[in-house]
Amino acid sequence: MAQSDIADQTSGSGSSAEKGSILYDPKVRGLFFQIVLLAALIAWVLWVRRNTLDNLEAQGQAMGFDFLAGTSGFQILTTLGTWVFDYQVGSSTYWDVFLIGIVNTFAVAFLGIIVATVLGFVMGVFRLSSNFILRGFATVYVEIFRNIPLLLWLFILYFAVLRNLPDKRDKVAIWGESVGLNITGLYAPFPITYEGFWMSAVAVLVAVVLWIILGAVMKKRQEVTGQQFPTFWVGLGMLVAIPTIVFYSTGAPLEWEYPVFTEEGPVLRRGYQAGIGMVIVPEMIAVWAALTLYTAAFIAEIVRAGILAVPHGQSEAAGALGLRPQPTLNLVVIPQALRVIIPPLTSQYLNLTKNSSLAVAIAYPELVSVFAGTALNQVGRALEMVFMMMMVYLFFSIATALFMNWFNSRMRLVER
Amino acid sequence: MKLSTVFGAAVAAFVAAPAFAGTLEVVKAKGFIQCGVSQGLPGFSNPDDQGNWSGLDVDVCRSLSAAVFGDPDMVKYTPLSAKERFTALSSGEIDVLPRNTTMTMTRDTQLGLVFPGVINYYDGQGLMVPSSLGVTSALELDGAAICTNTGTTTELNITDYFRSNNMNFELVAFEKADEVVAAYDAGRCDVYTTDRSGLAAQRLKLTDPEAHTVLPEIISKEPLGPVVRRGDDEWAAIVRWAHIAMINAEELGVTSANAADMRNSDNPSIKRLLGSEGAFGEGLGLSNDWAFNIISMVGNYGESYEKHVGPDTPLKLARGVNALWSDGGLQYGAPIR
Ligand SMILES: N[C@@H](CCC(=O)N[C@@H](CS)C(=O)NCC(=O)O)C(=O)O
Repeated sequence: MAQSDIADQTSGSGSSAEKGSILYDPKVRGLFFQIVLLAALIAWVLWVRRNTLDNLEAQGQAMGFDFLAGTSGFQILTTLGTWVFDYQVGSSTYWDVFLIGIVNTFAVAFLGIIVATVLGFVMGVFRLSSNFILRGFATVYVEIFRNIPLLLWLFILYFAVLRNLPDKRDKVAIWGESVGLNITGLYAPFPITYEGFWMSAVAVLVAVVLWIILGAVMKKRQEVTGQQFPTFWVGLGMLVAIPTIVFYSTGAPLEWEYPVFTEEGPVLRRGYQAGIGMVIVPEMIAVWAALTLYTAAFIAEIVRAGILAVPHGQSEAAGALGLRPQPTLNLVVIPQALRVIIPPLTSQYLNLTKNSSLAVAIAYPELVSVFAGTALNQVGRALEMVFMMMMVYLFFSIATALFMNWFNSRMRLVER
Repeated sequence: MKLSTVFGAAVAAFVAAPAFAGTLEVVKAKGFIQCGVSQGLPGFSNPDDQGNWSGLDVDVCRSLSAAVFGDPDMVKYTPLSAKERFTALSSGEIDVLPRNTTMTMTRDTQLGLVFPGVINYYDGQGLMVPSSLGVTSALELDGAAICTNTGTTTELNITDYFRSNNMNFELVAFEKADEVVAAYDAGRCDVYTTDRSGLAAQRLKLTDPEAHTVLPEIISKEPLGPVVRRGDDEWAAIVRWAHIAMINAEELGVTSANAADMRNSDNPSIKRLLGSEGAFGEGLGLSNDWAFNIISMVGNYGESYEKHVGPDTPLKLARGVNALWSDGGLQYGAPIR
């Protein structure tokens, strides 16, 4: 600050002539070097690009993104992605394969993040519990999952799942005829919606918005009058009631397609019938379980560290003010702990998303498996495909980071 | 600020693109051949418990080593999954890729690689099922779950076959062959599909190999042969003629046992093959006993076949289409003259 002020003065005043040229002006110099750096960077990128293209051409490798429009001639395991994009061999393209990979990666990362967060918080709190059994259990959990590589967990869980489930011609009923499990996956009824169902979906949104408004209003009221209001229970009530009323008054436009299990006929045909009901394949379950259990162990440690970072004096002070233990935890300890927890939590979320690429080892068709594996093998455009894949992971990471930064700033200590 | 120096250095650091021509010189200079093989496919390329590799594909590496160095063991092996193999070759990590790899037009023309054109095993894709399913033909497989490897020709073939027969199926594709075997063994799939030679080899890893049946249908053509980088004709020629020498040796009755005596044979074809007449090795940039070394150290094609995959091995593969052309098979060696 001070220095540049002086510099401004000297270069601005006539006396600068004795100092010589603008070459010695720190501002000009700074700008100059930044421009040089930028130019060098651009030149370097262009040059690497040129060189790569030349080399590829010299090796006789084909280039370009035109392959994306070509039809992909291979089957893909039934998963969320193939269902969302209605994958059909013979008409779907490599671009569809790319999208399917993204959806499958996203699905397992999203579900993994949610469950890992819940499990991680529970385990982290358990680790600080005064109950010996809970504490011991959480400690063993964390040590086991943190210290064995994720890839091994994938194999252990996948083959443990496969080895312990009944075979394809058999099943364990989880909920009568409607939900069952065997080695080919978890089968459940599939919702088929009819006209007018969108109104029920909108009703859910309306209920959520009303809940938020109610929360804000009642908070104001509490600040003014000191009266409390059971926002949570009323909000939950609205969330159940409003969509239910709309759903039935529009004529219940939804039907469940139940899975069909056959026990007669040729051996090959017995078991759950393909394409009827909903199925979650064991590959997905194993990937999800492995990512969740593994990441939750790290989250547990982050949560423990966060809670320990809140000085004990804080809860003592809350006690002295007459707060009971539960509100003390909710209103005093956790808000302060969250400030310590959120930043490292973000990097665990990013890790989980990127780690999902290990799923290729156990046949879950996520991006790396289906696009950089199967599709790449058919068209051989390694550079283009790896580039596209990198962009997807970059996008996922930046989106997660932005969201968590936003959340972090909301959780900052607000001083009145 | 000497910008030009900085930039020049950066340029120099990246200009050093690998020189791909001249694999023979590179190989001679480093003193061994880096050979890309499978991660363990009995009969084709499989390490024993001391880490010594053997198999029909490994014999391709050994024959090249014998031809170049006069010693079949100057080889280092790089085990590669199906998915990794072509990148390993085009990036220069390996010198040659004999890894039960099917010659297809895409692979030969789009990857910067080239098949020298010799096929060391003519194969086709097959399907294996547990005998307990009671299935006798692939056409009964509508609705089946099928396990296979990613990065292979198999995914496309099986989809084509089921589509053209109007059947549905579920494809479970793993990155590595060991997981395919384990998942099939655990009952995840009704069918395991890959090259028939691969089925014969992989079934040995199942808990009960006898409880599985290979169905009669052969649903594709899988000519398996070595691959090299495009643009190195000299090295491609060595790979090509090493195989042809082994075929011609079998045709002419030259074996690892009698090769030394056969050098004095009166048959001009044998003399040319074994280097006692003409200077054929020179044309390859090798010594004139190149083929003699291959045959005396590795054996002729028939010997290699019988030793690694033939009826007396656990794979029990009959010669079939891999017999010499003179016995009604497809193995036909261009003349050495
Ligand atoms: N010939 C086919 C398939 C080759 C292939 O990868 N086969 C598998 C199954 S037999 C294999 O080699 N597995 C052994 C390994 O991955 O180590 C191709 O070139 O794409």
